[in-house]
Amino acid sequence: MKTVWNNYRYLILRRFTQISLLVLYFGANAWGWTVLQGNLSSSSILGIVPMSDPYAALQMLAAGATLAADLLIGVTIVSLFYFLIGGRAFCSWVCPINMVTDLAAWLREKLEINRVQKVKQPATRQLRYWVLLMGLAISFFMGVAAFEFISPISMLHRGIVFGIGFGWAAVLIIFLFDLFVLKNGWCGHVCPLGGFYSLLGRFSLIRVHHDEAACTLCMKCKVVCPEQQVLHMIGKESIPVLSGECTNCARCIEVCDDEALEFSIRKLVDNNRSGDKHETSK
Amino acid sequence: MSEIRPNDKKSREPLTDRRKFILNMARGVGIAALGGFVWSAYVDEVTASQLMLRPPGALPEEDFLKTCIKCGLCVEACPFDTLVLAAPGENKPLGTPYFVPRDVPCYMCPDIPCVPVCPTGALDEESVTTDGVLDINSADMGLAVVDHESCIAYWGIQCDACYRACPLLGEAITIAYEKNERTGKHAFMKPIVHGDVCTGCGLCELACVTEKPAIFVLPRETATGRAGDHYIKGWDKADEKRLENAHSKTTKTKISNRSAMDSLNDAEDLY
Repeated sequence: MKTVWNNYRYLILRRFTQISLLVLYFGANAWGWTVLQGNLSSSSILGIVPMSDPYAALQMLAAGATLAADLLIGVTIVSLFYFLIGGRAFCSWVCPINMVTDLAAWLREKLEINRVQKVKQPATRQLRYWVLLMGLAISFFMGVAAFEFISPISMLHRGIVFGIGFGWAAVLIIFLFDLFVLKNGWCGHVCPLGGFYSLLGRFSLIRVHHDEAACTLCMKCKVVCPEQQVLHMIGKESIPVLSGECTNCARCIEVCDDEALEFSIRKLVDNNRSGDKHETSK
Repeated sequence: MSEIRPNDKKSREPLTDRRKFILNMARGVGIAALGGFVWSAYVDEVTASQLMLRPPGALPEEDFLKTCIKCGLCVEACPFDTLVLAAPGENKPLGTPYFVPRDVPCYMCPDIPCVPVCPTGALDEESVTTDGVLDINSADMGLAVVDHESCIAYWGIQCDACYRACPLLGEAITIAYEKNERTGKHAFMKPIVHGDVCTGCGLCELACVTEKPAIFVLPRETATGRAGDHYIKGWDKADEKRLENAHSKTTKTKISNRSAMDSLNDAEDLY
């Protein structure tokens, strides 16, 4: 039992967080709870504190909308949290699609699809930044927030809270895409919101730290990591994971039997330097 | 075989960086064009629907689509479950709030709970405020329209269900009495909607007794025409204000080279 907890503690905590948030949102619509109202696009805590999706607000700005004060406050709160503290934690601790793509990634490993498709991945992880830019460009030209109309994240989350319609089809597409077409396809390559939080969260304080002296090079961390490129220092150097693409999901920490990985608060000055050097050389 | 070999050799040579760069760029442009067009086409398609009734205080549809963040706070604030968010597969702008009066109309709460919760101003408090107080009677969600063919009151059967259901009874809908020439001794009692008062709440649509409602709410833009600058109510001083900014246009087609009189009297091109 102790090892189960040890090997899955963060996974359990993440699922608990993700599902609790869904329950709170669902309760707000179904039973009038006021703890957390709205959905991931924009919500309100206890009817007082606003929180808004900064990428959605950017698209609205590109589309030519006037941004209201409540929206700007909500965007600031969310942005500051991920910028200063959480990093890209939205993706692994909040986003409901994460549960779908994690399942796909797990099945992919179990069904040994990874061994069949062992060739170089046919898409670059930079794709998401282009999708991000394209989302803003289309918002500008079409005069509406473009990604918000196709986002499977909103479809699933809004669907769970307000009624899903055919939204399950979008979720199924993501699942099949990740399972059969591209490993970590949606969250790791395509999703512009993930790209946005990668850029926003790259200076945040919470980081995974690697202790090279304790590492036995078993590479279990690289197998579970949905963004393997961020673990370039494994077995080489004792530095934190500084890439913004790390989702702070902590799977690497819990699968490590050697205690060579642990959460830490980033040491602002010296770590920054050594980390940046490696980030550019991936 | 000798013809193929040189090609083979060529393909085994490593690509130059320049060539790689150009090919990668071309690939990128191709994917971006494909993705961009499909994405734009889809967005264009789902935002084309004009037949949705929005919550009170909603901005004009085009601005509303820009500004609504699709959070559903208005839906949660509505005590009557009137508002719903468009779900995938409904062919409506995804995630935006709307209501269907025949299912649940807007009951016109005096405190309009759905509007102040909007974080983005897509539901504009200003537009439903009169003298600093929220005023649901100034809301403009749509306009009720009567289909004279299926309205049984227009047949001569007595029915005033919509008139009675209207929250602005006697203002938004009035009853017009007219002699029924068919029987010679009865009166028509026809419901007349007054567009300047009607808020589009849809209580009339819900109350209508016909199988498919003979009175129904449409977005005002869909339900109304526009006289334009060419006509004026000469007997109405206020109407002249409407044309204050009107300006004439000089056409530059071939026919307008000559004066209108000459052009009309000239029968040459008729034969």
